[in-house]
Amino acid sequence: MADVSEVPSARERAIVRNRWLLLTPALAILIFAASGPLLITLTYSFLTPGDYGGVEWKFSTDAWFNVILQRDIFDDTLMFADAHLSILWRSVKLSLMTTIGAIILGFPTAYFIATRPKAHRDFWMLLIIIPFWTNLLIRTFAVMELIRNEGTLNTLLMAVGIIDDPIQILYTETAIMIGMLYVYLPLMVLPLYASMERLDFSLVEAGYDLYATRFAVLRRIILPLVKPGLIAGSILVFVPSLGAYVTPRVMGGGKQLMLGNLIELQFGQGRNWPLGAALSITLLAIVMVALIFYVRAAGKEEVPHG
Amino acid sequence: MIEIRNVSKAYGAGKSRFLALDDVSVTIRENEFFTLLGPSGCGKTTLLRTIAGFVDPTDGSVSMNGEDLLKLPPHSRPVNTVFQSYALFPHLTVRQNIAFGLEMLGKPKAEITRTVDDMMALVQMTAMADRQTGQISGGQQQRVALARALAPKPKVLLLDEPLSALDFKLRKDMQIELKRLQTETGITFVFVTHDQEEALTMSDRVAVMKAGSIRQIGSPRDIYDRPAERFVADFIGDTNFIPVEVSQIAGTVAQIKLPSGKMIEARAVEGATGGASTLAVRPEHATLGIAQDALMAGTLKNIVYFGTDTHYHVDLDGADSFVVRAQNTPGNKLDFSVGDAVGITFPPQVGQVLRD
Amino acid sequence: MAKAFDVRKQWGFTTIAIICFVTLYLPVILLVIYSFNAGSSVAIWEGVSLRWYRSAWENTQVQEATIRSLVIALWASGISTSAAVLAALATTRVRPFKGYSAVFAAINQPLMVPEIVTAVALLIFFAGIKVQTGYTGLAYIIIAHAAFCIPFAYLPIRARLTGMDLSLEQAAADLYATPFQVFRRITLPQLWPGILAGAMLAFVISLDDVVITEFVKSAGQDTLPTYMLGQLRRNITPEVNAISTVLLGISVTMVIAFFFVSRIKK
Repeated sequence: MADVSEVPSARERAIVRNRWLLLTPALAILIFAASGPLLITLTYSFLTPGDYGGVEWKFSTDAWFNVILQRDIFDDTLMFADAHLSILWRSVKLSLMTTIGAIILGFPTAYFIATRPKAHRDFWMLLIIIPFWTNLLIRTFAVMELIRNEGTLNTLLMAVGIIDDPIQILYTETAIMIGMLYVYLPLMVLPLYASMERLDFSLVEAGYDLYATRFAVLRRIILPLVKPGLIAGSILVFVPSLGAYVTPRVMGGGKQLMLGNLIELQFGQGRNWPLGAALSITLLAIVMVALIFYVRAAGKEEVPHG
Repeated sequence: MIEIRNVSKAYGAGKSRFLALDDVSVTIRENEFFTLLGPSGCGKTTLLRTIAGFVDPTDGSVSMNGEDLLKLPPHSRPVNTVFQSYALFPHLTVRQNIAFGLEMLGKPKAEITRTVDDMMALVQMTAMADRQTGQISGGQQQRVALARALAPKPKVLLLDEPLSALDFKLRKDMQIELKRLQTETGITFVFVTHDQEEALTMSDRVAVMKAGSIRQIGSPRDIYDRPAERFVADFIGDTNFIPVEVSQIAGTVAQIKLPSGKMIEARAVEGATGGASTLAVRPEHATLGIAQDALMAGTLKNIVYFGTDTHYHVDLDGADSFVVRAQNTPGNKLDFSVGDAVGITFPPQVGQVLRD
Repeated sequence: MAKAFDVRKQWGFTTIAIICFVTLYLPVILLVIYSFNAGSSVAIWEGVSLRWYRSAWENTQVQEATIRSLVIALWASGISTSAAVLAALATTRVRPFKGYSAVFAAINQPLMVPEIVTAVALLIFFAGIKVQTGYTGLAYIIIAHAAFCIPFAYLPIRARLTGMDLSLEQAAADLYATPFQVFRRITLPQLWPGILAGAMLAFVISLDDVVITEFVKSAGQDTLPTYMLGQLRRNITPEVNAISTVLLGISVTMVIAFFFVSRIKK
């Protein structure tokens, strides 16, 4: 006999119907202008590039092949595509350095805010949040103007007499890293602060009571307790750094490409849409791996507070 | 007036299936103060919400004066609820809150104003009419919630642990206030609580619930003096349980043999059987005396002074313990100390033979 | 007497924090200051002037880009906020349902997928549609913006809704309000700070977007940010600073307003 409770009542069916009705506009927009196009990109990565951009509808794995490999134009031997690999390596390297830089600057900052009197914390957080929500391009501009050869920094240093000729910072890897550190730093401070704010300082007191030094307390008590925030912050900085487009374009001046710029190139001058699609799916895959790593780590590190 | 017939409510399925209500049947009468009493998780709130329309029962029927309530959505049922959290609309004033139901019913403006004024007078909140609900105290919020639920003149008022958020003194005052309101308005109150004292002081009838089913229904005096089973006796007030032999049952009178071997008459609850059974004796129904000629003998283990009365903990010969409660009236001072051999006595037909 | 031992102190942390705050704001403050420069350098100060603001104001490209940016941001925030309100109502305060995590992932997808990836995907997709239909208007940018604004609008609305007492709506239903009356009289008034916050975030996010706009726009559809990005190739004058300052002003105002709106008591 059928269990009565398994048969949904008319009212429950109505609730389910309403739910999907309510979700329709959002899902339609997202499928049309976010998820759907990703599938098309995946499809394009298996097609043949057209002569003037676009694609020919002919199946080909060349694009994926070309992501890291290339054929010598003279003797047809396989070899690694040095240009792509060096850009890939630069993207990962600069993103990691940016993340480390953000920890070095962001950790003490989050700690500083978390140890202010409760009434003041919101003010300090607002100072972090404002840059976070202001135009990334403008903030990149601001740094660029500062470190340009004719910029404030070099002008100032020369005026004081420390240097005679301007230091070339702009259009170097360092410039890209400084720019990314500058624009993504708030993303490190926000989750770190969220962890630290919940930190129970009686645990710190207990540490000192048990003869720990300041450094030992930091390393053995504070750090483990705020680890979830640290992981979250690192992912939040690393992921957009890896996919950065604007900052390397402005700060690298087209000389120091990152993955984002390499992808763009395939749709501009390169005119190899399938390769661009394959590169962009590659970037997406790396990001997803990072996110999965984060979800796993965050699940494991969940420290019950209170 | 409200007929609840064989109502069950299951949550989940398979192994995690959980019966919040298990074949509950009860009739709530016109103009009565009816209380659903039980520990948390016993299904009392689920039953109340079934009447209100926020829970769809899996099985059974709920009707009011012959009309099937289950067919109606909450907003068409002629019942109103006082929520445990009060659920006052924070963006509306006291007056707007009380007027809400009347507005929804499409009453004329003049009538709304008049009724709201009456209601505010009834709960003594007239001075606070234009306050925001966040600006008034817990006790005042409670009164507004009451007035809001009473304003549409429902046939039944459902109250979901409305006093649990109040402090002790205020709760006492509100208990009396609620009883007064019920008598004055003549509306049927269905009241949910886990507080046995609240249930006993206010109700006309009490239903004691456990694990989704009603274990006993009766007047507060019935429930207290004549608990049907161990759970009810234990949940309401303190009780001594003594293992006894029932030798004979005639109607509501049973002949029992105590562990000490002494025979005595006790009352038997409907459904009690012969043989090994349990006798419930309230601590204040027994008296402490010398071991000689007592029904049961033992050693005084502990004396706990409570102000109005004193509790004597006795270890019966045969390992069970028994508590006797004696009023601390002038001249009623028992001259025993811990370690003394004592006897316990209670009159015939005071003990109650339980069902299980 | 010795100073009491401060358990919260860590050596050097305050110094680093101060440096951090200074570096966060110094470049932006300099950018704003030089927007008022009388000279045409963004590093050498030659006196106060509104010259570059006037120049930006009179620049027809800037005018058009500004209007276009505002139109797109208004449409995108309006569409995304409406969709987000409905989605939040369907996904909040309900028992987990089949497909719930998929829906949640779909809504938050724009937060997880790198912008350049989405941008390229939209370029490919919309290029196809443009060829098929011949339509090359602003709708592409608007729908693209609406999509990535949805999670930003959704999150504050959802947060507000989650914090809302379900018993309020039940109380209204108990007091004879029909489902629509419950929504209009109880849910909506309670929800509006969340909706306002969500709409403001969506507006700012749309206004600031560079990457997706850059890839989706047709010729002659520059928004302010893409116009500024285009100016990079040329000689930078304080005119860019002036435009930046105005955009910054809008963003900062919105964010501060958002900060206070989202703290409105229930």
